Amino acid sequence: MVLSRLVGAEVRRKEDPRLITGSSTYVDDVRIPGMAYVAMVRSPHPHANIGTIDASAAKAMPGVIAVVTGDELAEYCGPLSGAAGEGGSGEQADYEEREEEAEESPPVWPIARGTVRWVGEAVAAVVAESRYQAEDAAEAVDVNYDVLPTVTDPEEAMKDGAPQLYSMVKNNIGATWNRDHGDIEAAFRDAPVVAKARIRSQRLSAVPMETRAVLATPDPLINGITVWTSTQAPHWNRNSIADGLGLPATRVRAVAPEVGGGFGVKIGAYQEDFIVAALAFKMQRPVKWIETRSENFLATNHGRDQWADVEIAAEADGRIRGLRMHVVQDLGGFPRGTDLAELTGRMSSGCYEIPALEFRSRSVYTNKMALGAYRGAGRPEAAFYVERAIDLLADAAGLDPVDVRRRNFIAPFDDGFTTASGEKYDTGDYAKALDRAMEVANYKGLRAEQVQAREEGRYLGIGLASYVEICGFGPFESATVRVEINGDVTIYTGISPHGQGQETSFAQIVGDGLGVPMEKIGVNHGDTLNTPQGNGTMGSRGLAVGGGAVVMALDKVRDRAQAIAAHLLEAAPEDIEITQGAFRVKGVPDRGVSLEEIASKAYSDSLPAEFGAGLEATEFFRPDDETFPFGTHIAVVEVVAETGVVKLVKFVSVDDCGVIISPGLVRGQVHGGIAQGIGQALLEEIVYDDSGELVTGTLNDYAIPRAFDFPAIETHHTETRTYLNPLGAKGIGEAATIGSTPAVANAVIDALEPWGITHLDVPCTPERVWRAIRDASAGTMAAD
Amino acid sequence: MGPHTHLPVTLSVNGSRFPLLIEPRRTLLDALRHDLALTGTKKVCDAGDCGACTVIVDGRAVYACLLLAVDCDDRDITTIEGLAKGNALDPVQEAFIQHDAFQCGFCTSGQIMSLRALLDANPEPSDDQILRAVTGNLCRCGAYLNILKAGRLAADMQRQAAADV
Repeated sequence: MVLSRLVGAEVRRKEDPRLITGSSTYVDDVRIPGMAYVAMVRSPHPHANIGTIDASAAKAMPGVIAVVTGDELAEYCGPLSGAAGEGGSGEQADYEEREEEAEESPPVWPIARGTVRWVGEAVAAVVAESRYQAEDAAEAVDVNYDVLPTVTDPEEAMKDGAPQLYSMVKNNIGATWNRDHGDIEAAFRDAPVVAKARIRSQRLSAVPMETRAVLATPDPLINGITVWTSTQAPHWNRNSIADGLGLPATRVRAVAPEVGGGFGVKIGAYQEDFIVAALAFKMQRPVKWIETRSENFLATNHGRDQWADVEIAAEADGRIRGLRMHVVQDLGGFPRGTDLAELTGRMSSGCYEIPALEFRSRSVYTNKMALGAYRGAGRPEAAFYVERAIDLLADAAGLDPVDVRRRNFIAPFDDGFTTASGEKYDTGDYAKALDRAMEVANYKGLRAEQVQAREEGRYLGIGLASYVEICGFGPFESATVRVEINGDVTIYTGISPHGQGQETSFAQIVGDGLGVPMEKIGVNHGDTLNTPQGNGTMGSRGLAVGGGAVVMALDKVRDRAQAIAAHLLEAAPEDIEITQGAFRVKGVPDRGVSLEEIASKAYSDSLPAEFGAGLEATEFFRPDDETFPFGTHIAVVEVVAETGVVKLVKFVSVDDCGVIISPGLVRGQVHGGIAQGIGQALLEEIVYDDSGELVTGTLNDYAIPRAFDFPAIETHHTETRTYLNPLGAKGIGEAATIGSTPAVANAVIDALEPWGITHLDVPCTPERVWRAIRDASAGTMAAD
Repeated sequence: MGPHTHLPVTLSVNGSRFPLLIEPRRTLLDALRHDLALTGTKKVCDAGDCGACTVIVDGRAVYACLLLAVDCDDRDITTIEGLAKGNALDPVQEAFIQHDAFQCGFCTSGQIMSLRALLDANPEPSDDQILRAVTGNLCRCGAYLNILKAGRLAADMQRQAAADV
């Protein structure tokens, strides 16, 4: 494949013109005549049996069409089918020490039946002529609850006698995943250096700017319903909704129009997708539900929420002897993130050669919103624990954290390396990324500056993180490449981008492959009616897997175009090349035909019969395995001792995502990943109180980074291609989130070194930093 | 006067006047999006926390979710739909494209309106002033660095255009 002009170039995004003018269509921008609106009645209790539901007052209010309870909806809509997680059905059972998962996954009804298990669970849906009327009436629905004992702490939830969320889930443990490698007891026995910490990866909210949104309408053309939904995986939603309604998949069409951010929490059909689709189908009228922001905090998947007991043993020179990582994953109130801790376990070796590993995880139901994939989904947690452990080890051994990393890196490899956790990494050169980051950041200079600053009473901290992550999940992705009769090209992809910009990347790839300018290429996605069966955009797989399918389809189409060109030019197909926008005979540049001429012949009866007709191909790419991007991030912070305020002074990222097709898009993904990683390190936390009430239910209570929080960032790359897909691309969607949180946390803790502080939980808010300094100062004084 | 009483109001948006009869509790945001079908202005929090619904009212960038439509009678309102003149984008829009200052696009209208209001009032803003102008505009895609660059470029383009006249 000739990669010449567009691939790797700085090009303008194809998506931009429609977004910059506000003219594009997100779900809430779609309006259908006769459309009704839904508002949910949600449980104020974290755990309760539902008593009577009196909707008589609500039904008498202006504009109210119906109030539907869980039992009523169940007459025409089944429970949610299997919990969808990152990678979804693409997970392959590729090694032995596999899950001893809970035998049965508890059923989840779209509207609660019998029992509610988290604050915000829907107990009724109100349909009205306008949204204002629906919301007014939802407040008038009178629900009686018989309140049950609540458990919000996963450690408590595992104890005998704790409140049980599901009778079939013993001790609320919904999943376990363990891994043993080497002799862990021997590794710790007489180890010269041991460091340990209990590390929290707090509960987060993804906060996509567009909340979830569903509009369903009866669709006589398919004798069923069309569902516009703000999702990352429309094919999954289509199939789930068809299952729920007991309809053939042919009678449900799902459309993800413009989607205003997903970050993992728009993977898989939610309760509301089923509710809205079922109501539209039952009532035979269009029905719209737009999640409010407070509903988004209450009822859209949360992320992270793990505790990890991490213990590392090493030689005096920092060489790792063994690592213990025991994780407790809070699952919240219903099954969604049951495979998250497994992903943490699979990445628990990080970039390092670890002789002995003991990984344990227990995933536990509690009376809170469910946990699901959020940008990184299990891998940021692993990288955070490992990179904190390395710094703890460096601290305990009195070594520079850079030296400890370098001493333990897996040596460069290009044909696979199997880690202690059992993962087969594809390709990697971790020292190269670290070297580059140190050079760009001027690490030595920074350390000198830090010493100087401390003398002046300023507390600089320098934090590193070298991460590796897993992406390119299967099981497959699909693409159609169609040359239209006039030589324009239409691409249909099974992925469903929502800000990533794959319309641009795919147009670059196909533009080069067929010699067509990007303006003549259209890229369609998100509509199950016209795209081949696909999975979606998640797990940083869009380019690596979706792009793989595009390349396969492109190759088929180009071969065929080449054969037709050869026939027209009376040359051999292998002597045809694409130059200057036409198919030409090699060495005879004035003999050529345009793609338009080739297409006009392909869609005619003028070619010999053996050529058939048409000029398109649909291909499915099934990767053999997952791919492993990596990199090193360096953060520099200044901590104001008097207030605990942390200021990010500088940030350098070196990410290796394999071959880069669209540099601008990669830069955007890195910026966004770093922003969210900084958010976890410094600002964000979903807080429930002990009684199970959500404390952080608005954007006023849950702080995400603002323009002023964003430091000067320098983004750099090394390029280590993978052999696992035709593009050599690995993935960049989540990488920077994974690298940045530990880098920033390590920097803050490094700044607190004068007080002897070796660990601090994230988010490192001013209050937490200030308290840590105060407590450490008090301890020092007491010791005096 | 109950919540369902409707009052007359004339909204003056992007140079056109729209007489409406609406509930007093209806926000300017809902009136724009629903009654006038100007859906380029987005609803993200509906509570004044995010800036996505920023429009310009009488020369100032304001959150449309915090204004009642009935309070906007005859005030001069500009939305994202009013910026481009035919195919000619506003310099802020053009700068956003050149600097990749957005990804999913959902906060973009608000960011652009905040910067438009800034540049109307201050054609030569400092970096600090640009950041201050958009500090009430959340972007979860994290495009802040590129938004800052776009703000600088838009100011340059606008000054250049003024000099060319």
